[in-house]
Amino acid sequence: MAHIADDTYYVPHGTKWPIIGSLGMITMLSSAAFWVNGSEIAPWSFLLGALILIYMMFGWFGEVIRESEAGMYNDQVDTSFRMGMMWFIFSEVMFFACFFGALFYARMFSVAWLGGEGTGALTNELLWQGYEAVWPTAGPEGLGGDFKTVPAFGVPFINTLILLFSGLTVTLAHHALKKNERGRLVFWLFATVVLGFFFVFLQVEEYIEAYQHLGLTLGSGIYGSTFFMLTGFHGMHVTLGAIMLLVIAIRSMRGHFKPDHHFGFEAVAWYWHFVDVVWLGLFIFVYVY
Amino acid sequence: MSIESTHSHEDHTHAADHDDHHDHKPSSLLDRWLFTTNHKDIGTLYLVFSLLMFFIGGSMAMVIRAELFMPGLQLVEPDFFNQMTTMHALIMVFGAVMPAWVGFANWMIPMMIGAPDMALPRMNNWSFWILPFAFAMLLSTLFMDSGGPAAGWTLYPPLSLQSGQNFAFVVFAVHMMGISSIMGSINVIATILNMRAPGMTLLKMPLFVWTWLITAFLLIAVMPVLAGAVTMLLTDHFFGTSFFNAAGGGDPVMFQHIFWFFGHPEVYIMILPAFGVVSEIIPTFARKPLFGYSAMVYATASIAFLSFIVWAHHMFTVGMPLTGELFFMYATMLIAVPTGVKVFNWVSTMWRGSMTFETPMLFAIGFVVLFTIGGLSGLMLAIAAVDLQYHDTYFVVAHFHYVLVPGAVFALMAGAYYWLPKWTGRMYSEKWGKIHFWLSAISVNILFFPQHYLGLAGMPRRIPDYSTQFADFNMISSVGGFIFGASQLIFVGVIVHCVYKSRQTATGRVWEGAKGLEWILSSPPPYHSFNTPPVIDSTTMAHADESH
Repeated sequence: MAHIADDTYYVPHGTKWPIIGSLGMITMLSSAAFWVNGSEIAPWSFLLGALILIYMMFGWFGEVIRESEAGMYNDQVDTSFRMGMMWFIFSEVMFFACFFGALFYARMFSVAWLGGEGTGALTNELLWQGYEAVWPTAGPEGLGGDFKTVPAFGVPFINTLILLFSGLTVTLAHHALKKNERGRLVFWLFATVVLGFFFVFLQVEEYIEAYQHLGLTLGSGIYGSTFFMLTGFHGMHVTLGAIMLLVIAIRSMRGHFKPDHHFGFEAVAWYWHFVDVVWLGLFIFVYVY
Repeated sequence: MSIESTHSHEDHTHAADHDDHHDHKPSSLLDRWLFTTNHKDIGTLYLVFSLLMFFIGGSMAMVIRAELFMPGLQLVEPDFFNQMTTMHALIMVFGAVMPAWVGFANWMIPMMIGAPDMALPRMNNWSFWILPFAFAMLLSTLFMDSGGPAAGWTLYPPLSLQSGQNFAFVVFAVHMMGISSIMGSINVIATILNMRAPGMTLLKMPLFVWTWLITAFLLIAVMPVLAGAVTMLLTDHFFGTSFFNAAGGGDPVMFQHIFWFFGHPEVYIMILPAFGVVSEIIPTFARKPLFGYSAMVYATASIAFLSFIVWAHHMFTVGMPLTGELFFMYATMLIAVPTGVKVFNWVSTMWRGSMTFETPMLFAIGFVVLFTIGGLSGLMLAIAAVDLQYHDTYFVVAHFHYVLVPGAVFALMAGAYYWLPKWTGRMYSEKWGKIHFWLSAISVNILFFPQHYLGLAGMPRRIPDYSTQFADFNMISSVGGFIFGASQLIFVGVIVHCVYKSRQTATGRVWEGAKGLEWILSSPPPYHSFNTPPVIDSTTMAHADESH
């Protein structure tokens, strides 16, 4: 329970942003549905929806930032924000857990059964005779054709080092903020942003390499499916995290955040550490092992 | 455990009223409902929305029961019948029961823990205002060339992957519902953990607050998993992935595992708040503190924990290794222990109480009896060896409708009658409330009890036609269904009468035996429930004498 400083609560006034967000979301997602069904104008309305959502985020966050900088939030509001961010990250953990679960299930069960292990003997004998359970695999019918995997100790290892190092730089920025050394704060934040976008750049290069030279695509059976879904969703989260870091860096340049009061900074730092940890899981279970 | 109170509760009601001027109700309709950050207004929006969905989903159930009234195809095409079963389930689960509980959470949790509002009021608005759009998108699929989704609400591949145009719309609608649920749950947890009045320790919280805390945790844990599952369906359908395609090394059964990892906690998401409401109502009308308060809390937590390790009992016939079948069978049966603790405690609370039988109490008692029937048929289904016989028959339909209709829905009705006078400041018509209860309680059994027999005799679920030996029980069931459906219109009548016509004003306490912070506020309560934290006095709590 947060300590309530002055026996009064803070309740914000009404807001138009959520309904704008809903309109953006329905525009974007219904367009996405029309898009996959082959509509030609849907990409444009999808873009419109995305722009509405971005407008909403600027407006909503902007309002919250102004209120925060005006000192309207007490400790209790701060704690609510912290809990909100913590549980949001937990939901993200469960989202990735779903795809890791699919990876483990495929590797431990479905591929082995297709290869004839345990109760799968007849499946193998009658449907896919001669299919050997190995990993990586594009399945008994080799969907998507032959492919090679991305070697772990090439770009992925460099990306691991980049993310680990970016975890260090964001922590250095945090220490600088706590000591109120604004110059170092901004410097380390921008260093983190650069590392984040460099990670995304290398990942894009890796995808191009996979599609053009390795024959590894989203359609490469269960390996391609799990590989691109896990690394793809992670890459999207890194991109989002890097944009969040950029916003925090710009806010820092404008003099936002105090040594003892900087939830926005910490929330983004938590998020950054979360994508970092997910990457370590990816590096081990998707690339190395 | 009583804390010395410096001034009486009536003072508090006044203080809250007095402070009201600084943030009073907005005057325009748009400000009041579209831009609102007020937990009561958002709660009302949720409740009205869920009632609307209850009738839309209910009318689909009427189509189903009309088609099954007699053997042979009479009213609808088989594909449309399948759309009805699928949409009925999606709408009732995600549109009626879940939003209704979020509506109760919004209205009651801040009042019950002595807070002015929810912890994150703006996000609260967004949680709600995503839903109408999500369901508009879901319902719009019924008007597409492909029709609505028809592969069942569980969306099992490969059947669901054969859906036409509607498929992507359904997937994105599910994503939106998930986003809404997660934001709503984050809000509930932050509110409960951060906004309690000083002295409202965790083990003094009303049971409804406790059950919602645990429900919210379940929601945040499993809704992202559902999002992941439907995302994989989407990429399998449109982008050539092989998650659920054996030819590419995937497995359709994997979808079932992932879906039910979400799906089993989901059924507790719908029933745990019901446990909470019933645990509030029975002590009030038995005029006794809740028997075994802390046991109730621990039982709720145990049920939540077990809900994560029982999912495969939904798929006993799919061809799992024997050890898997045994593990999931025993784990499932274990749930009977904490559930039994709960039923025992409700009955013990009533034991030697000075009971009166107002409408909320009738629905609560109806819940205890009929939910227990659903629980017992669940135990039968848990036995893997005999589930081979029951699986995908009407026995399963009977089982889960017993826990969801006279279970979750009766608890919703009980809660609505219990708190309606608090919300509106007026009394509803007790006579019509009782008529609603008796018609519902009798017809729900005519509706669902014969389905046990149909299932045991081998009638499969999700079919529009059946062998003539099932004719009699189906006709009885349909008649029960029509009465039950019509009876729910009485509920709407009672609410409309209470809100607009009733002359009988409600006191703050409303019910003679009511305990808890919401009852020290006026009826209707001030716009911001508690502008200053109330003083917690153990005699006002429903389980007051626990520690004496």
